[in-house]
Amino acid sequence: MAEGIRDKVAILGMGCSRFGERWDCSAEDLIVEAFGEALTDANIERDRIEAAWYGLSSDDQGPGKSALSLTSTLRLPNIAATRVENMCATGTEALRGAVYGVASGAYDIALALGVEKLKDTGYGGLPERTKGTFEDLWFPSITAPGSFAQFASAYVAAHGIEMDQLKEAMAHVSWKSHENGAKNPKAHLRSRIDKEKILKAPMIAYPLGLFDCCGVSDGSACAIVTTPAIAEKIGGDGPLVTVKSMQLALSNGSEIGFDEWDGSYALTTRIASQRAYREAGITNPREELDLIEVHDCFSITELVTMEDLGLADVGHGWREVLAGTFDADGQVPCNIDGGLKCFGHPIGATGLRMVYEIYQQLRGKAGERQLDAPKLGLTHNLGGFPNKNVCSISVIGTC
Amino acid sequence: MQQRGIISFGAYVPRRRLARRTICSANSWANPGLAATAHGHKAICSHDEDSLTMAVAAARYALAERPEDNAPDMLVFASTTMPFADRQNAGVIAEAASLSENTCTADMGGSLKAGVGALRMALERPGETLVVAADKRLTRPGGPQELRIGDAAAAIVVGEGDPLAEFVARRAVSVDFTDHYRSSDAQFDYQLEERWARDAGLLHIVPGPIRGLIEDAGIGGENIAHFVAAGLGNRNARTIAKHCGIPEGAVTPDLHAECGDTGTAHPLLLLTKALQSAAPGEFILLLGYGQGAEALLFRATDTIGRASGMTGADAMLADGVEDGNYLRFLSFNGHVSMDWGMRAERDNRTAQSAFFRHRDTVTGCIGGRCTACGTPQFPKSRVCVNPGCRATDSQVSEPFADKPASVKSFTEDWLALSFNPPLMYGNVRFAGGGVAMLEFSDFEPSELAVGAPLAMQFRLKDVDDRRGFRRYCWKAVPPRELSTHTTADKEMEGASHG
Repeated sequence: MAEGIRDKVAILGMGCSRFGERWDCSAEDLIVEAFGEALTDANIERDRIEAAWYGLSSDDQGPGKSALSLTSTLRLPNIAATRVENMCATGTEALRGAVYGVASGAYDIALALGVEKLKDTGYGGLPERTKGTFEDLWFPSITAPGSFAQFASAYVAAHGIEMDQLKEAMAHVSWKSHENGAKNPKAHLRSRIDKEKILKAPMIAYPLGLFDCCGVSDGSACAIVTTPAIAEKIGGDGPLVTVKSMQLALSNGSEIGFDEWDGSYALTTRIASQRAYREAGITNPREELDLIEVHDCFSITELVTMEDLGLADVGHGWREVLAGTFDADGQVPCNIDGGLKCFGHPIGATGLRMVYEIYQQLRGKAGERQLDAPKLGLTHNLGGFPNKNVCSISVIGTC
Repeated sequence: MQQRGIISFGAYVPRRRLARRTICSANSWANPGLAATAHGHKAICSHDEDSLTMAVAAARYALAERPEDNAPDMLVFASTTMPFADRQNAGVIAEAASLSENTCTADMGGSLKAGVGALRMALERPGETLVVAADKRLTRPGGPQELRIGDAAAAIVVGEGDPLAEFVARRAVSVDFTDHYRSSDAQFDYQLEERWARDAGLLHIVPGPIRGLIEDAGIGGENIAHFVAAGLGNRNARTIAKHCGIPEGAVTPDLHAECGDTGTAHPLLLLTKALQSAAPGEFILLLGYGQGAEALLFRATDTIGRASGMTGADAMLADGVEDGNYLRFLSFNGHVSMDWGMRAERDNRTAQSAFFRHRDTVTGCIGGRCTACGTPQFPKSRVCVNPGCRATDSQVSEPFADKPASVKSFTEDWLALSFNPPLMYGNVRFAGGGVAMLEFSDFEPSELAVGAPLAMQFRLKDVDDRRGFRRYCWKAVPPRELSTHTTADKEMEGASHG
């Protein structure tokens, strides 16, 4: 069995643009903003970057489905660059490409950058997407909230609780994220929201109200990775941060087409997290993880993810949420930066934005929201729909 | 020679019934005279129904009741509101009903008597024929037609062997009398003066062929036990009956209060009612009227009792939901242009090559069943979906349209585009195995629940206004609560207990 990538790659520098309705910015501006911070943080010349992976999921920027809009914007010196897209895991996929490039020995220093300029599409919510020529003929014209909302109806049915109880726990998830996001200058939404307002919000897709849904925003995030040896040599003002594991699991159609899955959880999160824990050497995630950044596209997604990551017993995630286990002062702080809830979800950037928060926390640079000396963090993306999706998990820690 | 006649039938009336008082109160500012007619309901198509989808539903009920040992070798679709002028509508119905590829198909329109005309043609040819008639006629808001006209479909299987009612004789007359008309490029009928239409048209044209038909059969008007004269109004039907010596009590009620006049479908819809109340040996006279008339005479056979178990107008009419939203009805029919937002701007172009390749799935609701592990799956795929199997190219066709199903998970989505929001969809579990994510229709908000029963129905998926195409798919709807007990049943029960 392959030995994996644990501690083979270090993060040399990271950057993250301010997320939000960046009416004044194009994707190009966001790329420059995130890259500039990362380059300064890495303390290298840009010409030392040998390869790049570029996460961009929705609308093409510039000349179509390639990484040309990245290399042209940053005037990268004719290096290898590849565009990746894998639904909401796109940003993390860019990082996986760069990390694997370094871990393989093909490159010493590689760049991962993700960007999405959603607000130019004109949509509230994610834009309409093409489904190809076959599904278009018969598959429902679903939206992201509508598909993820079904976690809730299935969860209630699977665990015999009342929808009102689940809604209260979902409201707690959103309340907590707004509390966290209010402290983050790079977040899109920075206001605290009381639970009553969350519960009384207009319905988007039953049972998800407005505040159960993450925002739609523009943003970019970026990582420069290298070998631990080079990272130590270049030095820096914080502890060495390395990648402990990166795992990806994709559905194969069994959830949507074979009647084993009950709809109340994400099968791929359970599979990818187990692989990630194994690769990272984690045996008790609830005890060992100091913070997590999970894919809270919707409040219910975060809630079931707590169970799928093994941080709460199946059927008890809603109780753990209400007990504050995942609050900023709880046992496993979740989405301490405000999450998708407050950052919105510029798809290509999200995964890297999560890693950025872990990286900042591990180096003690998270400002007002800094946790007490964290050593190990996890990021999680769930792209697609509960019944057919892409899940990526990364574990990042200090050495 | 074997008896030729009606083998089975089916009816479909949309679940939604618009209360006439709703229409009248909305339009009284413009036409206070409408108030006098503000009683009863008209059956209306939902946003995803048209004459073609209703026809498929009625055809499926009719086909479900015919003997297994033979199959229709012809399908005729009669309608004045076919979605396509040049793409055979009957061909779509045949594929949706999973009829053999060798079925001969034909569309027949041009007059409200086309339904009866199609039935007559079927009776006069050998073999088994499925006749389906459906109409969804648009009406101008505020006018009397809007109140009178409803939407429905009916289907009759004609063949030999052991019919419910045998075909006795027929008469026809063609007269280019335009009591109303609709030119090919018009949305609405143009209606002429009612009294002229009645006195110079109806009462002048219809009695002749009826009397002739009765004479041909060597019986008297008093022998007609069921006079099925659709679309004339009860009063006119009674007048004609009187002129022809038919007892007033023989007139089959016109269902104005229950669903309205459903056009081409209406004679066949009323015929299902007559068949379900007929006793062995009784004569049924069916009239089709429009630019002349067609009159068909049937005699109920000893097997007419089987009709009570079939799905006729009564069962459909008993299962409806009152709709009090006139504005929504206008929107369904394009009479008001709602602001559906940016999601309505998407291009619904159909990749016809992909559609043709996948039409068993899309039109036929046919999935696969793995011959290696037995797992039913929708859609059919090259590699079995069962994680414990994964056999390649092991699947045979498995029809899903008639499988009972239930809700596994659901949502009511107010963000997604629907012309009857919220868009409802979810994971669906089929009895006997198989799951799929499908759109729901005909549910009201808060009606859905995990475990709720579902049935499959052929519905409109999208309309491509830019290219004039409409595509159809199968959606999950609440199963119709169809009582098979009819008036005749009750009478028979009464008789046996008396």
